[in-house]
Amino acid sequence: MKIAVTSQGGSMDALLSERFGRCPYFVIYNTESAKFNVITNIGEQMQGGAGPKAAELVIKENAQVLLTGKVGDKAKDVLDRANIRVIDGFGEAISVRVALEEYLNNKIE
Amino acid sequence: MWDTLINVERGQELVISIASGKGGTGKTTVATGLVQTIENCSYFDCDVEEPNGHILLQPSIEQTEKIYKPVPAINSDLCNCCGKCVDVCEFNALINIKFDIVIIEEMCHSCGACQHYCPHEALSMRRKEIGELRKGNTGNGVLFVDGVLKIGEPSAVPLIKKVIERVKPDVVNVLDSPPGTSCPMIEVAKNSDYCVLVTESTPYGLHDLVQSVDVLKALRIPFGVVINKFEDAFKDIVDYLEANDIDLLMTIPFDRKIAEAYSSGKIPAIFNNEERNKFEELFKRICSKVKTTGAEVV
Repeated sequence: MKIAVTSQGGSMDALLSERFGRCPYFVIYNTESAKFNVITNIGEQMQGGAGPKAAELVIKENAQVLLTGKVGDKAKDVLDRANIRVIDGFGEAISVRVALEEYLNNKIE
Repeated sequence: MWDTLINVERGQELVISIASGKGGTGKTTVATGLVQTIENCSYFDCDVEEPNGHILLQPSIEQTEKIYKPVPAINSDLCNCCGKCVDVCEFNALINIKFDIVIIEEMCHSCGACQHYCPHEALSMRRKEIGELRKGNTGNGVLFVDGVLKIGEPSAVPLIKKVIERVKPDVVNVLDSPPGTSCPMIEVAKNSDYCVLVTESTPYGLHDLVQSVDVLKALRIPFGVVINKFEDAFKDIVDYLEANDIDLLMTIPFDRKIAEAYSSGKIPAIFNNEERNKFEELFKRICSKVKTTGAEVV
């Protein structure tokens, strides 16, 4: 399973980004291989529609779960249509690694 | 009588837009004040997100018309999610979720590129209601037109265009613009012969005035400034206008009586003789500016 995490930097130890549509990076973590890859968010600089475009990116990466701070209505509609599980409410005080651990250790429902 | 003067001089209609950077400076006060002092003119409330001209002018609405914009619709029998429409959409209104294309109608600018480029002819355009156009008359024969944007509709411009389409030839048309300096304001200002920028005696008023001036210079629309809630002690705006050689057309004093009358729906030009004279003077000045600017262009 692939998990997408909105991130302020390009590593597992970078801080999580509360923003979904305009986060600088997505860290895509693969639970089977325990490896991750980083993609830059093309939507960060967009004038409008950054949220839905970011959702498209997550869908394209075959992520099934998204960990982030807050997702806007339009992006949420797109993610729902693609059956992506959205876990929101993460703050920016933790790293991508900690957010993933919290989720994978079932600390968050 | 002044409109006759203009018709003779120009042989066509005159379109005056009333705009401001900052909201709440008095666009509608100035626009309705002008309308009350010009004979045989038309008033267009282009602030379709929150029209308020009708509160002051109290028109009788005789005609309403639903306004639509075209948005794409996908025939899923023909679509194979190739994503061509998504690639050509400049506004992120189409999103590819691999097994389907999601249409985000609020983002759509109705350009039709998606339909044009679809290799499978899976896209067609359908009508989406975006608001209502209202047309009527005020008691003293002023044509009144406004637009009411549907709640939740993010783009005001398509409806503003419809309002401006109703501009009448051979009369003075007053366009009450939305605040700000973005697309809605530009749509109104660029369709006018002259723009009156309304500001107020505050630093915020000046800050947004400067932005509006930059926009109008880029659009090459002649303009002048009205300072509402004017206070002598605040010199910054007057200094700015002088330094940049911009016309100060009129000031409206910061006066509790005006605020009280406005809050009970009275336009300054109607209830106060002194103000009425000032609005007549304002209109005369605008006319002379349009003529001078016109002459310069020729």
